[in-house]
Amino acid sequence: MRTLRTVVAAAVITTLAACGGATSGAGETEPSAGAKGKVNLAINPWVGYEANAAVIAYLLEKKMGYQVEKKELKEEIAWQGFATGEVDAIVENWGHPDLKKSYIEEKKVAVDVGPTGNQGVIGWYVPQWMVDKYPDITDWKNLDKYADLFKTSESKGKGQFLAGDPSFVTNDVALVANLKLNYTVVYSGSEAAIIKAAQQATAQTKPLLFYFYEPQWLFAQQKYVRVKLPEYKAGCDADPKKVACDYPDYVLDKIASKKFADGNSTAYQLIKNFTWTNEDQNLVSDYLTNQGMKADQAAEKWVNEHEATWKPWIPAGS
Amino acid sequence: MTETALRPGRATSRTPDVVVAPGRRGLLRTRTWAAVLAVATVAAYLVFRTDGAADESDAAAFRFFDGVRDWVDDNRDTSPFFLYGINYVRLGVRLLVEAVQGGLVGLGFTGLVAAVTAIGAVLAGWRTGLLALGGFLAFGVLGLWDESVDTLVLTLSAVLLSVLIGVPLGVLAARVRWVGATLRPVLDVMQIMPTFAYLAPMTLLFLIGEPAAVIATMIYAVPATIRITALGIGEVSPTAVEAATALGSTRWQLLAKVRLPMARSTIVLAVNQTIMLALSMVVITALIDAPGLGQNIVNALQRVNVGAAFDAGVAIVILAIVLDRITTNAARRTRTLRSPRARRIRWAAAGVALVAVVAAIPLNRPELPGYSFAAPVNDAVGWIELHWYGGTEALKNGISAGVLDPLETVLVTTPWWLFVAAVAAFGALVSGWRAAVTAAPAAAGLAGLGLWQHSMQTLATVLVAIVLTLLIGVAIGVFCARHDRLATAVRPLLDAAQTMPSFVYLLPAVALFGASRFTAIVAAIIFAVPPVVRLVERGLRDVPPTVVEAALSAGSTPRQLLWKVQLPMARGGLLLAANQGIVMVLAMVVVGGLVGAGALGYDVVAGFSQRELFGKGLAAGLAIVLLGILLDRLTQGFHHAKGNRP
Repeated sequence: MRTLRTVVAAAVITTLAACGGATSGAGETEPSAGAKGKVNLAINPWVGYEANAAVIAYLLEKKMGYQVEKKELKEEIAWQGFATGEVDAIVENWGHPDLKKSYIEEKKVAVDVGPTGNQGVIGWYVPQWMVDKYPDITDWKNLDKYADLFKTSESKGKGQFLAGDPSFVTNDVALVANLKLNYTVVYSGSEAAIIKAAQQATAQTKPLLFYFYEPQWLFAQQKYVRVKLPEYKAGCDADPKKVACDYPDYVLDKIASKKFADGNSTAYQLIKNFTWTNEDQNLVSDYLTNQGMKADQAAEKWVNEHEATWKPWIPAGS
Repeated sequence: MTETALRPGRATSRTPDVVVAPGRRGLLRTRTWAAVLAVATVAAYLVFRTDGAADESDAAAFRFFDGVRDWVDDNRDTSPFFLYGINYVRLGVRLLVEAVQGGLVGLGFTGLVAAVTAIGAVLAGWRTGLLALGGFLAFGVLGLWDESVDTLVLTLSAVLLSVLIGVPLGVLAARVRWVGATLRPVLDVMQIMPTFAYLAPMTLLFLIGEPAAVIATMIYAVPATIRITALGIGEVSPTAVEAATALGSTRWQLLAKVRLPMARSTIVLAVNQTIMLALSMVVITALIDAPGLGQNIVNALQRVNVGAAFDAGVAIVILAIVLDRITTNAARRTRTLRSPRARRIRWAAAGVALVAVVAAIPLNRPELPGYSFAAPVNDAVGWIELHWYGGTEALKNGISAGVLDPLETVLVTTPWWLFVAAVAAFGALVSGWRAAVTAAPAAAGLAGLGLWQHSMQTLATVLVAIVLTLLIGVAIGVFCARHDRLATAVRPLLDAAQTMPSFVYLLPAVALFGASRFTAIVAAIIFAVPPVVRLVERGLRDVPPTVVEAALSAGSTPRQLLWKVQLPMARGGLLLAANQGIVMVLAMVVVGGLVGAGALGYDVVAGFSQRELFGKGLAAGLAIVLLGILLDRLTQGFHHAKGNRP
């Protein structure tokens, strides 16, 4: 197999040299335009995404006979992959209107493949013990009253708001400024750092106000409560610098490369048909994290127990 | 492991006869000037202090890099630069990776283990062979065989490229003066530029996947190949060259028959260092979908599973130790010349043994007993996180409020022109005008990039990390130099601390110290202390025993011996340690951005993740390089000016 690929690539080089220059996709094994080929799934760096991808990959491989290549990429880089043919599908996308505009409308290399069925929630959270102790903390108007609790070595004398992974959708700096809160945004810099901080906030009963989202596997272990910000209304987040309202609820969706969609293989149809609930995703995420299963084990367990859910996704005639 | 040889450019500057020591009067004058300058700077600061305005989010430099990005995106398949240049490089590297992969995977489990053992035994002796055998079997035991092989494939591909490019360049740099002079600053930038900062440009040029990973790794590793090769060629004894010239050798004969063979052991050392550097980079390339152990570590991080990351980390440490021992022992053995005939016989014997082993044992991987550190490590880490928190929190708060915050405030509120002027003045005074001429523009460049505030915040964190690293490193180094047993016990720990990917210990650090600048400092200390300890220990041990004896017989107490004799005499080693420490601490700035240190490190990380921040991220990467050049030049000059005081 390997040698074959090398030979093919060598042949590609010589042919290309003959007819002038190599395009960026040269030497890649052809993406799956035809039936029963290879499907390149992007794997974005959070566990909920992995849960979607694990089940889709399992069905494609075990039930439909495709070969699935998983590519671990951050969101933006995965979108870049549509243009170069290295990524066929993203199976949990959070909004990203800027990327949709660039890759779907302008470059026309990607298409929207419809919702995953999951409801995405982004918001400001505090650990459960704080709500028990200070019941009115879940209203943003009272946050200033408690700012002193959230002081840390990093927050410059104000309360600390801990922001999340830089690749995620965030309005926190604008929110703090526009709601005139006595808080400093501290950048945790990674998903792992914020989860660790949240775990410690519960374990050590330390105050923590932080950016978080659902569906999230950590909620299976510990409880965190969302702080109510001014209600979201359509368009209130149009100008990112003037945002003064809560995050909207996200309808998480799937994106595929134009080429993959146009091929309309059964693999594409499966991804198009895929929808499930937050409970489904949380269950698989729980297998992956708290129970320490590998992706295919977790998917196998879920698939065996939920045939009624996934049967309708499988396209007829596959 | 990764020692002085990392920056041989500095090592050569240790030769004391280059700089003429200033006389007593000159010294006095320097001190007066320093005092005057210090007073003037403080006065100017008090007068012109700013309120430390935040950086703009849309500086010209950011827009420029964004523009470049868009151009590349649009012209990838049309511009001749890509059609005939970059895309072929990518294709070529892909072929190389697949060839190496075909070779290693084709050997199968038994074949690869036997081959590595044989190579170890022939090149470096039977002990090393056994070590290699045990190490590679351990990958199977840890259940990480495929991932380890993938990592090995990427590392070897990058090392092959580095040697192909680096050795000729190193020879040129040593032989042709202007090549050496031009290369030096380029290599400096390549080594200080945080690896994260060029991951995004790499995917832009070479797309996602192995070729981009291999090229990024090579960029990080090849400076060591070039520098050490140049050092080796430069050190070939002139008498040997003269003798060969007198016998009528041509220039090519000189190179092929005299210089390269005589520099062979140094070149093997260059390969050794290249391997070590490549191995530390290959983990990070998991972020652009390079396969291997890095993927396991990144995945484990997302699940906040330190134990699983530890398993993969151990595999990397083992791989590093096996490759290191094979190459260092091979370098040592090339010195003891053996007849080529004996060598050929050994190779033949090893080859026959290899074929016999492969033929006798089925190629499939045998069922190895499995073991994972995950559960015990997770238990231990969980216990530590729960019970140490009070103490670590207090430590963090103390250092942050007592040292870090005041320093940061002063630096951030200094107007940029005053900072540049101060760097120029003190640079010229302490390190000579040459250093000042490089350092001052570097300081000005920070403002020019539009990242002044973040640069100063990062500088404050870096300075505190360097001071702590040196305090800890020198203390351990002194202990190790005085107690042989302790030294032997500490050495494997140092090896592990240096090769264990930092991602593995980041999470416990976050748990103990929160998402904060201090967490970044802790990570930097763990990474930078080992080379400092080694250099200090070696510096102290290199003090001639006669001097020590003389001091003892004159009635010195051990304390006097240390402070009055050993430390002053080891000054060269100490300063080299400081310089190394700075480079290593800077390398961790971006990792700090992942755990709440903010500033430049975060900018780089964010630039890697968000499209609209691409330009800012790249600019932040450059700002880190500028900080590195600034600190390096100032300490390097310090070293010249003071290192040779009578």
